[in-house]
Amino acid sequence: MILESLLVSAPDWAIRHAPVLIPVVPLIMAPMLALSPSGRLSWILSMVATAASFYFALLTLGIVQSTPGGIIEYWIGNWYLIGIEFRVDALNAMILLLVSGMGFLASVFAWPTIVAEVEKQKISLFLSAFLLCFAGLCGVAATGDAFNLFVFIEISSLATYVLVAMGASRDRRALTSAFDYLIMGTLGASFYIIGVGFLYAATGTLNMAELAAQLPALSGNRSVQVGFAFIIVGLGLKAAMWPLHQWLPNAYGYSPSFVTMFLAATATKVALYAMIRWLFTIFNPEFPFEQAIFTFVLAPLGIAAMVVCSFQAVFQTDVRRMLAYSSVAQVGYMILGISIATTDGVSAGLLHLFNHALMKGALFMAIAGICINYKGTTIRDFAGLGRSAPLTMAAFAIAGLSLIGVPLTAGFISKLQLGYALFEHGWWWAVLLVVFSSFLAVFYIGRILQSVFFLPPANPRKSRKEAPLLLLVPLWILALANIYFGIDASFPAGLARDGAVAALGLEAFP
Amino acid sequence: MTPEFLIAAALILPLIIAAGIAVLGKFPNLREGVTIVGSFALFAVVVQLTMMVSAGQRPELFIGEAVPGLAFAFKLEPLGALFAVVASGLWIVNSFYSIGYMRGNRERNQTRFYICFALAICGAMGVAMSGNLFTLFVFYEVLTLSTYPLVAHKGDAAAQRGARIYLLTLLGTSIGFFLTAVMWTWALAGQNLDFVDGGLLANVAMSPVVASALLLLFVFGLGKAALMPFHFWLPNAMVAPTPVSALLHAVAVVKAGVFAVMKISVYIFGVDLMNATPSADFLIVVACVTIVLASLIAMTKDNLKARLAYSTIAQLAYVTLGALLATEAGMMGGSLQIAAHAAGKITLFMCAGAIYVATGLTNISDMKGLGRKMPIVFIAFFVASLSIIGIPPLAGAWPKYELMQGAVDAGMDWVLAVLIISSLLNIAYLLPIPILALMPVPGTKPPKEFKRPGGAPALTVAAPAFTAALCIFLFFMITPISNFLAPAFEAPGTLIEADLP
Repeated sequence: MILESLLVSAPDWAIRHAPVLIPVVPLIMAPMLALSPSGRLSWILSMVATAASFYFALLTLGIVQSTPGGIIEYWIGNWYLIGIEFRVDALNAMILLLVSGMGFLASVFAWPTIVAEVEKQKISLFLSAFLLCFAGLCGVAATGDAFNLFVFIEISSLATYVLVAMGASRDRRALTSAFDYLIMGTLGASFYIIGVGFLYAATGTLNMAELAAQLPALSGNRSVQVGFAFIIVGLGLKAAMWPLHQWLPNAYGYSPSFVTMFLAATATKVALYAMIRWLFTIFNPEFPFEQAIFTFVLAPLGIAAMVVCSFQAVFQTDVRRMLAYSSVAQVGYMILGISIATTDGVSAGLLHLFNHALMKGALFMAIAGICINYKGTTIRDFAGLGRSAPLTMAAFAIAGLSLIGVPLTAGFISKLQLGYALFEHGWWWAVLLVVFSSFLAVFYIGRILQSVFFLPPANPRKSRKEAPLLLLVPLWILALANIYFGIDASFPAGLARDGAVAALGLEAFP
Repeated sequence: MTPEFLIAAALILPLIIAAGIAVLGKFPNLREGVTIVGSFALFAVVVQLTMMVSAGQRPELFIGEAVPGLAFAFKLEPLGALFAVVASGLWIVNSFYSIGYMRGNRERNQTRFYICFALAICGAMGVAMSGNLFTLFVFYEVLTLSTYPLVAHKGDAAAQRGARIYLLTLLGTSIGFFLTAVMWTWALAGQNLDFVDGGLLANVAMSPVVASALLLLFVFGLGKAALMPFHFWLPNAMVAPTPVSALLHAVAVVKAGVFAVMKISVYIFGVDLMNATPSADFLIVVACVTIVLASLIAMTKDNLKARLAYSTIAQLAYVTLGALLATEAGMMGGSLQIAAHAAGKITLFMCAGAIYVATGLTNISDMKGLGRKMPIVFIAFFVASLSIIGIPPLAGAWPKYELMQGAVDAGMDWVLAVLIISSLLNIAYLLPIPILALMPVPGTKPPKEFKRPGGAPALTVAAPAFTAALCIFLFFMITPISNFLAPAFEAPGTLIEADLP
């Protein structure tokens, strides 16, 4: 309903160019920010840019939902079949909405935390890097060209390395973790581009739709198979698929808290989207080698992530690292859902992807709010916060419960859907592991919550108080979304189902 | 008033009460006034609904779907109505008792205590009225989470430890097994979780192995039913203030567990499928072992509340046993046990609390001769003990009789022996307490003076006396109660008979 009224009121050019404007607006804004004289002005401009992207993402979703067939094809510069195509269907419309929405909320709350954590003269550059990263992620989600996807991955990754390294003013270890991430991320991107090269050699095209049309005839071709392997491993690195996740805990643990929140809510999600796109739309789950990949590679890796990283999370002492390990575990749930390769499974994975962005966004945002006053983030440091920062910590608790999957929160719905899809597929043993991993989540979230609400403050001299209003508002929007989408999940579940239907190439919008 | 409105009222009233308590936290008298008035109002609503059910109606309320197939839906049938009446009715008594206990004991954080109590009642109402497994699961967890602060109320190390065990066991079993079972049912029944007369899964083709696994997941997943080996949370939850132990850990929480077992066996599995499921026999053995073993452990406990907790574990297994026997008489016995045990056990706990407020004593061995100073409390204790044991003319007699009947109908005569042994054990661990208190062996030291001047507050004495009288009253009410419950079990039963050649 909101979407329809948006469509009606939108100007003609906006509707015509909406998909491409999502990444282009922040991409143009980023260098302007770098030149801006004052940090505050940069912040306002970054909010404007992300808000514009969010608006165009909403428009795009509206257009996709109202187009018969559900696909927008946009040829940049009208160079039909020669140039780069942006291609948006229900799947990436959802991802675009998620990324731009989280990006907007992140840029709103950015100001108080970057003032606290980033040197003053670097704020403009920092925000400029953030916008580049944001534009890159949006670009990955919008493009319909395999090589262009690589370009956008690199834009976002290079910006991310900078952002992570900015945590050095709080903790020098940020530098080494940024370097680790640089190596791993570059490896991932290189693998991806090597894979694309193999496919180009076999097919002579880089357009995804064109690739999808040509590949079925070439499914026995060795270079296609090798290309597939390179692409999945490369994207798996970016998505922090176990055991390619080693960069993630450090990157999340030591980067500025604003960056952690933004990356946790968006970066791995976009890489996962690209993986779904390759697995289902470009390649076809019917290919014999791909079916084996689902059963013998993706499903075991997803399960291993769920179990192993949940265990690792239980034994962390730093809250941010704990949640980072939990992120890898949650990626495992999504991969498990994808590996079922049915509409139910992929839609459960997508729904969990959406919900996980909401909960991890809220959790890391709350931590960012706490870090404004005092930098320590061990569990001991969190003791007694329930009394000194009740609003922040209440939102944290809601998101934490959602992460566990308590009923009436969003996390519950997506786990239920995942369990259903697994049962339908006959993988009842996997359900037991999902449930076991949720039980581990009770432990690690419980450890934090117990410290927050039941222990006396560890160091009463350190001042720890409520987060500023600018942070509380987006935080509570996310926390309430966690509850709302746990009671009425029709919106995200509908998006996820449409997305899965679009990915699997079945008829859209029955 | 329409049935929809009444169901909504039963769910929302506790929330309004909780809000009222929060607002009036600074004025203790007004705050308690809200609890009392609210509990009466809730009881009136529930009674109205029960009259409708008794007239053959099935009040329903449909709120909406979270995702297609997962609906928040409520539907009241006889079993749920019984549970709702018991929980809301005893809440009134317990509210008066709480006032006496909490003030007499000078407990802190009383506002939080009453708020969480009201939320727990909301959870219990939701469980009682749920129209499908999803709603049941949601409110089951609401009940778990809202009672956690009550168990941890004291805030010291022991209370935190007990509360942690409480939460982890209940969440662990419910997420680990119950949720798995719910998802499995959802997949088996084709995206449907409704409670259906005759059983949702009755017409679903599945192998006995699947049915067995599912039943095991359900019964062990309902950790609140305290079936061994998932019983240990209950003794640990006894660190809570006694009103909590009385209403929640003898009535609302634990009964929510056994009620759910009953409801699942009647409306999800159905009698036929239960009889065809091999693991039901295994679970009957587990229930019987629980009955005997918990009673034996109870005898070794000198702490009064711990002994009562183990007694509760044994008595809850009766309900599970009744549900698993899957005969009409067995299920009737199990359901009657929900009401009868509630009245009996709440009395025992309230007596234990009254003794604690007055004297600070918690150990049974220190209570010899105390009956002279607190005659009403110990007479109430005596009456309730007799009811738990199952001696007529007290409420507890009927469920035992029906269960024995059910065991014979199911062809399991050895269960009779278990029930009889259990009654003997009940006598051995319950009766000595009031008898030694009222008629001490000559030569016992007279008990010490009251710790609290004036002894137990009047409210904490009147409440158990009232519920003890209720135990007697319920014995004579058996005909209307069983007539009320009968439709829940009869429908499938008559079908079976009709099928016979």
